[in-house]
Formats: sequence, structure tokens, C-alpha cells
Amino acid sequence: MAQAQLPLQSPPPQEHTGHAHPEQWSWYHYFLYNTDHKVIGIQYLVTAFFFYLVAGVMALFMRAELATPDPDLLSPDVYNTLLTNHGTLMIFFWIVPAAIGGFGNYLVPLMIGAKDMAFPNLNAIAFWLNPISAVCLGISFLYGGAQAGWTSYPPLSIVTSPNGQSFWILSIALIGTSSILGALNFLVTIYKLKTPDMNWDELPLFCWAMVATSFLALFSTPVLAIGLIMLLFDINFGTGFFRPEMGGDVVVYQHLFWFYSHPAVYLMILPIFGVMSEIISTHARKPIFGYRAIAYSSLAICVVGLFVWVHHMFTSGTPPWMRMFFTISTLIVAVPTGVKIFGWVATLWGGKIRFTSPMLFAVGLLAMFVFGGLSGVTLGAAPFDLHVHDTYYVVAHFHYVLFGGSVFGLYAGIYHWFPKMTGRMYNETLGRIHFVLTFIGTNLTFLPMHSLGMQGMPRRVALYDPQFEFLNKVCTYGSILLGISVLPFLVNMIWSWSQGAPAGRNPWRSLTLEWQTSSPPAIENFDEEPIVWAGPYDYGIDTQSFEPDDPTVAEILAEVGQEMK
Amino acid sequence: MANEKETIPGTLITLVIGITVTAVSIWYGQNNNLLPEQVSQQAPLVDDLFNIMVVIGTALFLVVEGAIVFTLIKFRHRPGDETDSQPVTGNFSLEIFWTAIPAFIVIGLGIYSVQVYNQMGGFDTGGNMAHHGHAPVQVASLPGSNGPLLAQGGDITYGLGANAEMGVRPADLTVDVAGMQYAWIFTYPDSGIISGELHVPIGQDVKLNLEAKDVLHAFWLPQFRIKQDVIPGQQTQLRFVATKTGTYPIVCAELCGSYHGGMRSQIIVHSPEDYQAWLEANTVAQAPGSEQTLATLTDSDRLAAFTHEFGMDHVGPTIAAHTHL
Repeated sequence: MAQAQLPLQSPPPQEHTGHAHPEQWSWYHYFLYNTDHKVIGIQYLVTAFFFYLVAGVMALFMRAELATPDPDLLSPDVYNTLLTNHGTLMIFFWIVPAAIGGFGNYLVPLMIGAKDMAFPNLNAIAFWLNPISAVCLGISFLYGGAQAGWTSYPPLSIVTSPNGQSFWILSIALIGTSSILGALNFLVTIYKLKTPDMNWDELPLFCWAMVATSFLALFSTPVLAIGLIMLLFDINFGTGFFRPEMGGDVVVYQHLFWFYSHPAVYLMILPIFGVMSEIISTHARKPIFGYRAIAYSSLAICVVGLFVWVHHMFTSGTPPWMRMFFTISTLIVAVPTGVKIFGWVATLWGGKIRFTSPMLFAVGLLAMFVFGGLSGVTLGAAPFDLHVHDTYYVVAHFHYVLFGGSVFGLYAGIYHWFPKMTGRMYNETLGRIHFVLTFIGTNLTFLPMHSLGMQGMPRRVALYDPQFEFLNKVCTYGSILLGISVLPFLVNMIWSWSQGAPAGRNPWRSLTLEWQTSSPPAIENFDEEPIVWAGPYDYGIDTQSFEPDDPTVAEILAEVGQEMK
Repeated sequence: MANEKETIPGTLITLVIGITVTAVSIWYGQNNNLLPEQVSQQAPLVDDLFNIMVVIGTALFLVVEGAIVFTLIKFRHRPGDETDSQPVTGNFSLEIFWTAIPAFIVIGLGIYSVQVYNQMGGFDTGGNMAHHGHAPVQVASLPGSNGPLLAQGGDITYGLGANAEMGVRPADLTVDVAGMQYAWIFTYPDSGIISGELHVPIGQDVKLNLEAKDVLHAFWLPQFRIKQDVIPGQQTQLRFVATKTGTYPIVCAELCGSYHGGMRSQIIVHSPEDYQAWLEANTVAQAPGSEQTLATLTDSDRLAAFTHEFGMDHVGPTIAAHTHL
């Protein structure tokens, strides 16, 4: 609830000369080791976006190969290298670092009114593990690259391109370490550095999502590291954990892998859910519907999400009771996810919806995540999954939730916080063109894949039955459109960053704390201790003042704005 | 919004929308034609489950997407209006309602899935057979010690077994299936036939014993709606009854190397007479001394046939052989 505690006689803001950090960062600071969470956040976002482009080009080559049934463009080895590293880059180098490292780092301290993360050096180290990890991945290409899929199931991963596979493992182990360090940092930061007059039920939902995400990363990432290191030993040092001829068990690897990699799905979507809550509420000018339900459903997804991993292994060496147990646990995840979806639709209902670029991407996400979620429920039912597991139906499903979900959410977040990060406004027209191209491209690329999978096309193939040629051509055309869709975004970002109109402190008239400081924020975020005078989503609540003397939210916003100048 | 003088009552509109959505969903559930033809007894079971999910999914899709599109049009920002919206922060009853509905749906789907899975024969893998005292090789294990809930050592065979009606009956036809980069080899123990294609008679209870010679593969019969990973060092099986004659694809569905996409074969479902004819023709052709057949076998294949009883020992040399390819 609004508390209207703004001290109207607050001292004038100090001039720049009075500060410990008198200057803003220069451009070259962004290329160096820096402990400022905002610099690190932008470093994460920009490097992650670079890897997104690389992985996207890989996808375009794969789609070009799949335009015809014969393997005529790429050699099959190269195709397998591309599919492995497309998945690896998109997951470990784009969505996870951009959503958690990028937005998490940039926003969490600002949103809770802190000066920085709890452990700034740990934070910088976590970021710089990313380029090192990327170098390892680059070295793997010199040896032909990992070719066993991003899942790297043994024995294939043991016998195929062993040096490439080993460097791939090192790369993932390093970036997993980065993820663990980041998770620890977020939990401590939110718990210890939250400004004292912010109650837990005034914590922005993005921060709640980061709490859930960080718990998941902390619990599950070490298990992946264990599995990968055992695999590394099998490849290089003669152990036999996953070598059947030495008494090893290949299915154990799958359990270790998916115990992390299913929660990884939530690592990629929970922060995005947080972004959604911020954007939908702000751009509909309406309080979030069911704050508690949305906050607790993140935690519910986090808990239940730890117990669903075997649904990736229904066709593997999985006993009947496990197939049934994990069918039911998987279906249950649909419930908290549904709560969020319904909450956002209800937030939109009765709002005053602005069709800004962030809102368009947020609504696009909502529309596509509903579809991806429903296809996910069908996959959760083991009897049907036996048919479509490892087919293009699965590819279609996870691109709806990861591209239609996570990537749309990242775009929404980038547009929404671009004015805060750069102090300049992006071009709305280019943003809308970007949305339309991306939305059509996504559906054109991934919708036909459902049919392909059900009709009998397996995934991870460079050659396929000629009966599937037509739909594959459609998918390829869609992917070309998706490739083109990035161009207006790139132009928009690069041009607006240097030439865009000044955005001011709070162009969205948002209520969360990050908007109450200058754009871009000062080096230690707030010139003075920020005061929480309204809940994060109290839109419309103060428009009718209870007492005539109380300033309305609009007046307070204007007041804070004056002080900032 | 209903302040105008003469409007259609909201409840009536809701009713009409509800009926329309229900009708469209049920129609689409029955007529989606998304799945290929049904050639096994399991296929209609799986398809019925899928179609139920399509009905529910279509209804939810139409309602939620419809609500999204409606709000975007109805509640769009009007130029010049800079005020905030009515501050509705929640509605506890509504939230309970939309938590409960999906919960009931998924619990229902979960129960239905278990039932379908049972009818498909999913619960009768190695462990269950021991209870019936059927499989002689498993008599040595303590009765009741390896029930279906506990996987112990190599006793359990993963995959689909006999369904409840078939019960303790042995399969009419057993075929040993070996998956290797990038081919399937089918061995008929009763007749000694070795083939690159799977020939089965219609209407007979067929059991496939699956084993991998090198890396993981997955044996998928899209028209039969069944799939099982083929795992080096572990036994898996599939059991099915074909219901339609014809030729259908066999697909490897687990990434197994460069030419994974080329690892395809065919299953030919014969009428009983045709099957008998095929059986006789091939039994003669592959009688001992027929050098043509033996010549097509690789060393590891021949070795595999003899080391079969020794479990997984042959996997090592095979993997080593393939790394040199």
C-alpha cells in the first residue's frame, strides 16, 4: 500500500563533486574487470546477445540443410556439431546468462534499493568465467566440436570427437560454476541488502523469481557438474562410470544430466516470468493480479520442478513406477504455471494497455507460452510421450516455450529497461516491426514441427524421409524470416544507444525503485537512501487520495523527478 | 460495461461462447488428423489419450487466447487518457477457482495416463513375469523380491510387456533386435532367420528383445505409437500386436552418430499366409551352409550371436571398432 512518506523537505541532491565515484563509467570500462553490478549486467547482456547471433547463424545453416531431405549442404559430422553447439550456446551462453546474469544483476540491487550486489568481486568473477568458458568452446571446434547433442549422452559422447567433447565439458563446467556463484550472490543480496522499509510483500516479483531461480541453480547445477566430470574422466582417464563394457551404467548419466537440465528449463523461464510481471503491470497501468499467487507459484515451480526430470527419459531404461510417478509430477507443474498465466491475463483485463514494444513482446510471450504449455502437458503424459519423444514434436514444444517464451521475454525486458540502462529511448516503430517479424517467423518456423514429429520425423537428423519435405521447407522459410527479424532490432539498439532521444528518469511512470533514480543510474545507484513510498504495482491506488493533503502517486513521481534534476 | 440501455445479458454471451468452445474443441479432438494411421493395438489407446488432451487443450487455448485478444482490443489505451486503471489487486475466490480447475484436469489426465499405460503393457516387464512364475530364467531370483517397483540389476527389462489380458502367456513370436551404427539387425531365434527388415504376422503377439551393439539407439514404430531406447548393457523390450498389413517405417530416434538420420528400416506386416511363405523362403535361404548370408555378416555380428549369453562383453570391442570408422 502507498505510504506517502516522501520527505518534501529533503536536502537537495549532492552535486557530482561530492561523490565517492564522481564520474560515470566510460565506454572502455565495459570491456574491463568491473565490480559495478550495472556494468556486469550490461556485459552479460551484450556478450550473451553476441552468442545468440552465433547460435542463430548455426540454426540457419541447419535449416538450410533441412530444406531438402538429402544431406547435401553440410557433412553429417558438421551438422551434428552445429546442432550440439546451437543448443549449448542458446541455453548456456544466451538465455541463462542474459536472463539471470544480465537482468538479474542489473535489476536486483536497483529494485531492492541496494548500492550493489552483496559480493561485487564474486559477481565480476562469475561474469568473466563466461568468456573463458567461450574460449574453451572455441577450442573444442578446433577438434571438430562436440557432436553428441547438448545432452551428450554416453556412450556416443565417449566415442565421438573425444577432444572436442572434453573441451565442451570444460566449457560447461566453467559456466556452471559461474551460475552457482551468481545464485549464491542473488540469495544473499536479496536477503541482506533489501532496503529496510521494503516489506517482503513489497518485493518486486522479478526479485521473487530470482529467489526461486537461484535456489534451483544452487541445488541442481552441482549435479550436472558431477555428471560431466565423470564423463570427462571416462573419456580421458580410463574410468568406466558410463562404459557398459566396464560395468558402467549409461542411464545414470541421464539422471545426473536431467536432474540439472530440467530445472535449467525453469532457470530460463522463471526470471522471464518475473520480467513479465513487471512489464504487464506497468504497461497496463494496473496492479498485478494476485501478487502473492504469482510470487508463491514461482516457489512452487521451483520445488516441484526438482522432481520431474525423468520425463526426459520415459523411453530410456526407466521402470514403470518411475514413468508413472514422473508423469503425475510433471502434469502438476502445469498448475502453478497456469496460475501465473491467468494472473497476467487478469492483470491485462480492465487495464489501459499500451502497445509499446515491451508490451507487445510480453503479450506475444503470453500467447505462445499458452500453446507451448499445452503441448508440454501432452508430453508429460508418458503413453503419448513414448510416441513423440525425441521427435520434432519435442523440438516444436521447447522452441515455443524457450523461443516464444524466454527469448520473447528477453526482448521485452531489453526494450523495457533500455531507457534505464542507456538513458535514451529506442525507436518504437522499429521495435514494432521487430515484434511482427519475430512473431510470424516463430510460428512459421515452429508450428509445422509439431506435425512433423507426430507423423514420424525424429529430431537431430541431417537427412529425412522425403514425405516430410514440404513442411520442412515451410520451417526453413520461417527461420529465414526469424533471421531477418533480428536486423531491425540490431539497428534500433545500436542507433538508439548513441542517437536516441533522452529518455529521462522514468519514461514508463513505473513504481519500482529502479525507475526512481537517474537514467542511467549513478554509480552507486541512489544519491540518497531510497524511500519505499508505494508498493511496486500500486497503479491507480493513489489516484483518489484518502486525505486531501496526501500527494497522489503522480505528484510524488513528479516530485522525485524534480529532485533528480 | 453493461451500462447501456439494451444489451445482451453477459450470462447469455458467456453461455454461447461456452457452448461454441466446447463444440469446436470436441470436434477438433476427433478430427485433428495429426497422428499417422494406427497399426497396433496400442495405437488407438495412445490416440484416445492424445485426443482427450487435444479437446481439453483446444478449449483452454481458445478461452485463454480469446481472453488475451479480447483484452487487447477492449482495454487498449485510448489516446489522451493518462490515468491509471481501476486498482484490482486480486480476487481470492477466482484464484482458487483457476488453481482448482487445472489441478483437477491434470489429476484426471494422470489417472487416465496410468490406465492407458497399463493397457499398453507398460507394467509387465521382467519383474512382473517372475511373479507369475513364467519366465524360467527368473526362477532363480527370489519370488517377490523384484516387484515392478524396484529395478534390481539386470533382471528387469525396461519397455513394454504383455498387457493385462495377455498376462502370463508367452509371445507368439520373439525377435531379437540389435541396433548398431547405423542399422537394425533382426534375428528370429525360432527359425534362425537374420534380416535387415522386420517381418511380422498380423494379429500375433510379437515381442522384440532390444539390444545395442555400440551406442544408444531408440527403436520407434511411428504407426504403432511405441518407442523404446536401445541401451548398451541393459535389456529392453517392446511387445505389440499388429492390426493392419502393410509396410511401415522403423526409425532410430536417439542420436547415434553422423548418419543417425539414415538409420531407418521397415516393418512388414504380413497376412498369416504371406508370413508363412516368407518364413519358409528365408529359412531355406539361410539354412546352414548358405554362404551368401554369412558373408553379409560382420565379425562383430557373428561374435555377438555367440557371446549373447555372456551378457554385455561384446559391447567393448564393438565400440572400439566404431571409433576407427
